[in-house]
Amino acid sequence: MKLIEAIVKPFKLDEVKDALLEIGIQGMTVTEVKGFGRQKGHKETYRGQEYTIEFVPKVKIEVAVNDSQVQRVLETVTRAAKTGSIGDGKIFVRDLSAVVRIRTGETGESAL
Amino acid sequence: MKASAQRRTVVVGVMVGVLLASGIMGGQAWAQNAPLKADTGDTAWVLVSSAFVLAMLMPGLALFYGGLVRTKNVLATIMQSVMILCVVSVLWIVFGYSLAFGPDKGGVIGGLEWVGLSGVGAEPHPTYGPTIPHQAFALFQLMFAAIAPALITGAFAERKRFTSVVLFAAIWSLVVYVPLTHWIWGGGWLAKLGALDFAGGAVIHISSGAAALVCAMVLGKRRGYGTDYMAPHNLPMTLLGTGFLWFGWFGFNGGSALGANGIAVSAILATHTAAAMGAMAWCGVEWVHRGKPTVLGIASGAVAGLATVTPAAGFISPLFAIAIGAVAGMGCYAAIVWKGRFGYDDSLDVVGIHGVGGIIGILATGLCASKVINPAGADGLLFGNPGLFGVQVLVAAVTTVFSMVGTFVILKLVDSMTGLRVSSEEEATGLDLSQHNERAYS
Repeated sequence: MKLIEAIVKPFKLDEVKDALLEIGIQGMTVTEVKGFGRQKGHKETYRGQEYTIEFVPKVKIEVAVNDSQVQRVLETVTRAAKTGSIGDGKIFVRDLSAVVRIRTGETGESAL
Repeated sequence: MKASAQRRTVVVGVMVGVLLASGIMGGQAWAQNAPLKADTGDTAWVLVSSAFVLAMLMPGLALFYGGLVRTKNVLATIMQSVMILCVVSVLWIVFGYSLAFGPDKGGVIGGLEWVGLSGVGAEPHPTYGPTIPHQAFALFQLMFAAIAPALITGAFAERKRFTSVVLFAAIWSLVVYVPLTHWIWGGGWLAKLGALDFAGGAVIHISSGAAALVCAMVLGKRRGYGTDYMAPHNLPMTLLGTGFLWFGWFGFNGGSALGANGIAVSAILATHTAAAMGAMAWCGVEWVHRGKPTVLGIASGAVAGLATVTPAAGFISPLFAIAIGAVAGMGCYAAIVWKGRFGYDDSLDVVGIHGVGGIIGILATGLCASKVINPAGADGLLFGNPGLFGVQVLVAAVTTVFSMVGTFVILKLVDSMTGLRVSSEEEATGLDLSQHNERAYS
């Protein structure tokens, strides 16, 4: 099992969600986050006072999947979140050692 | 036919003669002959103007400043304006009006004859608006008195103890504002020299701007100034405040004509024109300098234009108002951009907008005032009267120095009584919670 974390532009959230639902992903967790990569931040100026805003608002989408789904999810998120301009975000994949469905106590892939 | 034409000429000649004579004798002599009677239209206009000026302070200035501070200080910033309005209003009724406008004592201060507004009634006063009840003038001036110390709060925003804000404003109002008002508007020594300040360029804007500079220097910078993110937390709020200021300024300058008349119209026309031009000038310079026009820029430019035209409105033609607005927008923008080099933290730019704007306005009045626009005023340098310009330079210098010295002394006094700044921890928490136990957005 893998946990896929996709950091995307906030306005792309709905497209990514719909695309994931279409390929049969049933659940996800979304968090508003801030960060920067090679995009860096932007500058704001108030009455001549300049501020560099390094942390840019992004959305983090977490999806837990079984190994066979990983490639499809990566492709889907990449397609849906892409604008082609700098700052489109990143996807991280990590191993997932255990999953528990709280209501039933099921564990492993059947809990996904 | 010929005889009647001659007769008409004679009649017209006599009327002109009487008018000229009454003009030469002046209002005072006229007043002694016939009791003054309040005009309903003039009275209505001054009463409405008083309400306009009230709206400039609350909610105008309160929102203008409130939007410029960080989320954790917005209530405290608004509270300062509201409390100053209340404190100065009561002080003005009890002592302030009498000391500022009461019978002149040696050109320095007004007497105590009108303490508690005793003797100030429905009868018009010959110099303070011969067509409105004397009380209407006292009320209108009350609003001016309240707004001056409230303007200063922008200089020490986000770090001053509430008790010290209130004490400072009360003492400053009586010790700095009242004498200056007497000198320029109450028949004091600067008035006798012929100083022209239509609606408070020196009395309000230079005095508060100079005080702001001293406050910023004495209190020191905010924690994290230059490193922390201190951008305005709500620019739409600031823009709403700007709207109230612009709207209220029609009463501020228009009401200063003390009547619903041609002078009021020309003052309002000049006011609006300078605001529009000031906004465009600031925005334009910023666009060229920084690459983008900003909402805060256009709002600041409008206020700069309004503050700058204040002493000149009512004495100038609309074309000069355009010139004054342009100089105000560009000059005040330069002042706030350069403030960084001087190293003081005038948080909301009271010095750059009101101080610099006030000085430009007072000097501009000495240049472009014209008796054609206002026969009760004087001609400026551009109309062949360099003397007025000299007096205006003196007014700007005296106001600046007097306010700076007075402010410094009052700050030291208040510091010894209550301390000026909040603790470092209270500043980090924010004034809303540390001074008032409230949060604006929960």
